[in-house]
Amino acid sequence: MTRSSPLSRLAAGTTLPVVTVVLAIIALWYVAAVALNTPFQRDTYERAGQTDVPMSLLITDTLTQKRPVLPAPHQVLEEIWDTTVNKAVTSKRSLVYHAWITLSTTLLGFVIGTSLGILLAVGIVHSGVLDKSLMPWIITSQTIPILAIAPMIIVVLNSIGVTGLLPKAMISTYLSFFPVTVGMVKGLRSPEIIHLDLMHTYSATRLETFFKLRLPYALPYLFTSMKIGIASSLVGAIIGELPTGAVAGLGARLLAGSYYGQTTQIWSALLMASLLAGVLVGVIGLIERSVLKRMGMAS
Amino acid sequence: MQDILHAPDTGPLSADARSVSRPVIDIRDLSLTFETNDGPVHALSNIDLTIGKGDFVSFIGPSGCGKTTLLRVIADLEQKTGGEITVNSTTPENARLDRSYGYVFQAAALYPWRTIEKNIALPLEIMGLSKAEQRARIDKVLALVELSDFGKKFPWQLSGGMQQRASIARALAVEPDLLLMDEPFGALDEIVRDHLNDQLHQLWAKTNKTVVFVTHSIPEAVYLSTKIVVLCPRPGRIYDVIDSTLPRERTLDMRESEEFLKIAHRVREGLKAGHSYED
Repeated sequence: MTRSSPLSRLAAGTTLPVVTVVLAIIALWYVAAVALNTPFQRDTYERAGQTDVPMSLLITDTLTQKRPVLPAPHQVLEEIWDTTVNKAVTSKRSLVYHAWITLSTTLLGFVIGTSLGILLAVGIVHSGVLDKSLMPWIITSQTIPILAIAPMIIVVLNSIGVTGLLPKAMISTYLSFFPVTVGMVKGLRSPEIIHLDLMHTYSATRLETFFKLRLPYALPYLFTSMKIGIASSLVGAIIGELPTGAVAGLGARLLAGSYYGQTTQIWSALLMASLLAGVLVGVIGLIERSVLKRMGMAS
Repeated sequence: MQDILHAPDTGPLSADARSVSRPVIDIRDLSLTFETNDGPVHALSNIDLTIGKGDFVSFIGPSGCGKTTLLRVIADLEQKTGGEITVNSTTPENARLDRSYGYVFQAAALYPWRTIEKNIALPLEIMGLSKAEQRARIDKVLALVELSDFGKKFPWQLSGGMQQRASIARALAVEPDLLLMDEPFGALDEIVRDHLNDQLHQLWAKTNKTVVFVTHSIPEAVYLSTKIVVLCPRPGRIYDVIDSTLPRERTLDMRESEEFLKIAHRVREGLKAGHSYED
């Protein structure tokens, strides 16, 4: 077989389980939507004096409420369609606009976080003093609930005149440097003794040993850490958007949605955020594959 | 490598010329003691040894006799705690900084993300050689170990024997006069080992390098060496030094000769005596 047709993939057993799981989730979602929206619907009928409402009408009504407790999948998709395709991307009502704000914060925070993580790891690997003095603080930093510390970071940075993207990106940095530091420390320490001895017999400098041995060895670890890091970075960006007064970004959409009981808006922002996370992790995965392939290490 | 028997340009020196030249390695009353929680461990004690230019010296002995440790002291990978040692008439550290030796480990220790060529280029990059010079040396050493067609392959695409040959090529690329080899063929099967022994012998005969070779195989030691150093453990020390009476040029079928068996017998006796001392 030269091409993998959908049928052959089905036979190979990859498509079928995936489709089954997706359908099961959607079905469960519908059942939950009906169940959760029924009490409000019954109240509505009662107030209108309607009795003996047939089951089929009840079900359609629970799936078409304006402010449902749990919006149905098609309502969320409609909302996403409406706020992406039907709105200009510059509009404040466009989900693309808000996703872009969050994405730029995420990327800025991720770049700073990854750089910081690598720098810390290099320091820790090369200095026992840094290892002993920094590592406990790095671990402690991640035990503080980010929701508690985020507003303070924003407020402090605002008070010293740092506004705009950067304060929010700092929250992303705060979350994303950690996996990169831990992964890179492990990676930079992973060369075998025999490889280090070899560099010693060549009288290689620390710098040469770093670039020719430790860094290539650490790359697979780095990519794994970066996948975790970018997902954390997105979470950080959304959290960073909450205390700024819900101006823009997916976090702002979530907050505004909960102010006005716009559950469909909340769910569409959530779906957009997970879509974004999936794409970002996927992009890093692609870069990982091409880099490792060039290094002869792709699996 | 076939042309080796026909007058190589750097042929073996005569015995006289070798004995008057300064020793490549000179060791006087060397000792090395590791401090451990269970008290000091005497890895090496009272080592006296002279290795001349063009010698092929094997260290043989049971596990824990310090043969690898002694090689690592020569390579400046371990530090002596007593006595004197000079390599190329200077300290092991200076010899290392001068890149005057090539070291071959028990495992090939090739970098998995570099092709065979790039692995061989590694020490040359660190030495700061030009791309053209690197290329020339890579081609030369690949031909020497008969891997010319495999330069673009990654290590995992090669068999264990080929990987070890690549690692020997990498050591040779530095063009050292001294080659330090730590059980390089220990992990290979008997047939591959015979073949590589033969290749190594021809390489040595052709280039007149000084080789220090750690092994625990008696036939390997006798076949390759001009001098066999038998070590015994606890404390690691030299039990016997055997100057080979075999001619410099050797063939694998020489291993059946009476001369060969006589030397092998003396090595075996030495190893036995070293062991019986123990229990």
